[in-house]
Amino acid sequence: MQIPLVDYLVLGDEPHLQANECADCGARFFGRRNACARCGGRSFNPVRVSDTGTLRTFSIVYRAAPTIPTPYVSAIVLTDDGTSVRSNLINIEPDPAKISLGMKVKLDTYIVGTDDDGQEAVAFGYAPV
Amino acid sequence: MAQDIWVLGTHMTAFGRFPDQDAVDLATAAALGALDDGGVAISDMDILACGTLFQASAGMGQQVQKQIGQTGIPVYNVSNACATGATALRTVIMAIRSGEADLGLAIGVEQMGKMGLLSGGARKEKNVYEPSGRYGAVMGIDGILGTDTMPGVFAQAGMEYANDNDGVGFEQFAKVAQKNHAHSTLNPLAQYQREFTLEEVMGSPMQSYPNTLLMCCPTGDGAAACVLVGEERFASLSREQQSRAVKISASVLTTDPYVESGHMQPDVNTLTRNAATAAYEQAGVGPEDLSLVELHDCFATAELIHYDNLGLCEPGGAGDFIDRGAPRRDGETPVNVSGGLISKGHPIGATGVANVYEVATHLRGEAGDRQIEGANVGLAHVIGLGSSCGIHILEKSGAG
Repeated sequence: MQIPLVDYLVLGDEPHLQANECADCGARFFGRRNACARCGGRSFNPVRVSDTGTLRTFSIVYRAAPTIPTPYVSAIVLTDDGTSVRSNLINIEPDPAKISLGMKVKLDTYIVGTDDDGQEAVAFGYAPV
Repeated sequence: MAQDIWVLGTHMTAFGRFPDQDAVDLATAAALGALDDGGVAISDMDILACGTLFQASAGMGQQVQKQIGQTGIPVYNVSNACATGATALRTVIMAIRSGEADLGLAIGVEQMGKMGLLSGGARKEKNVYEPSGRYGAVMGIDGILGTDTMPGVFAQAGMEYANDNDGVGFEQFAKVAQKNHAHSTLNPLAQYQREFTLEEVMGSPMQSYPNTLLMCCPTGDGAAACVLVGEERFASLSREQQSRAVKISASVLTTDPYVESGHMQPDVNTLTRNAATAAYEQAGVGPEDLSLVELHDCFATAELIHYDNLGLCEPGGAGDFIDRGAPRRDGETPVNVSGGLISKGHPIGATGVANVYEVATHLRGEAGDRQIEGANVGLAHVIGLGSSCGIHILEKSGAG
């Protein structure tokens, strides 16, 4: 039994991210929405976000709350369909020499934890292509 | 502006860690200092605004009144992240502009002690995963889906600038911190007053690449206050009061307008650019007219991008700006001659008032060893994530 880390990660044969897209202006958001931050529109349609994109910015985080493993690479990825996504870079060394701004990345998923009922939480990250 | 507004009196406590005092002690010291400096009394004040972030529900303004004078005037307790102090100032400015007040007191205070890393929650793993919150998350996402930590968020803002512009990298960011630590050695009110070499800055423990420990502001305690006066009352003040007063020629507060990436990361640029444009227009000055700038260098990466956001450098030229020493105290546009948040310290609620204190003190010619000679126009900038940006432009008094 698996559960996504966040509800905008859709599991299944082709795990992908799903955004709420404003029906009026097309602005995309993740998570529960009340109205659109861009135009005030109140209706949204679920859309599949492209799995591939480029690295917009990153930081290698060494200092975090005690229970959080470090170092990790935090990133903002701009997907090929123009949606910003915040996530970790995965399958890459946390070394600035190995990470280049603008590099191509692709969505990938992994198991991030298991609860007392044996339910696995699935997270996503972006890996170099 | 409806009517001109002046800083009549201003004071700040030293920034540091003061476990023997509480926030009321610090705020009171700043308030009494500002009243004395302006030659006025609490009984002259028509309004008091008090900013603190971490004690936002404590009624800090009223607690200060109970120490310095309960005169029954309206108190506004304000909280607006790192723009809290600037928001307290603006609250008094708006009251004077509206005609409801002639004189007012703005205080910013914070007692943080050794609070350590801000934001980035510990991960609380539930025994049984259940989606909760606006993202339906089954556990804390910090460190899995990127970072919530302040050094990391501002690192990403800096790296995005490096992505878009040539000549910006780890060394340019480090030079910012080296400069501010060097500046702080001349400021007796700074939390740290020690110079470091560029190698020491770059070699100190990495917090969030490219921000090392010496490129991050500390937590700490402190307070600052300003007494503000409107034009009508200003005319009846003594010649000495008028000559030391500093004119507020722009006061602006903005929030971040919609940008595509805003749903995933704080945008610290657009609202700063908007605030700067509005402030320069209000004041009728341009960035080339500024004798000094105190800007929000919570992290070295932040200062560098604000050179561009405030128009201090050519568009895209922040790397060259620091490389050629332009923001050093002997450069084209001295930036953070107080030592900045990185070395002077950043007791959050106090910061937006303390940077006005710093600029005003230079415009008065009273900044001692760190005085920027001939300073006549200065800009104070803060940004609070969420986001809010406050900019005040101050001008030397023409009177006296």
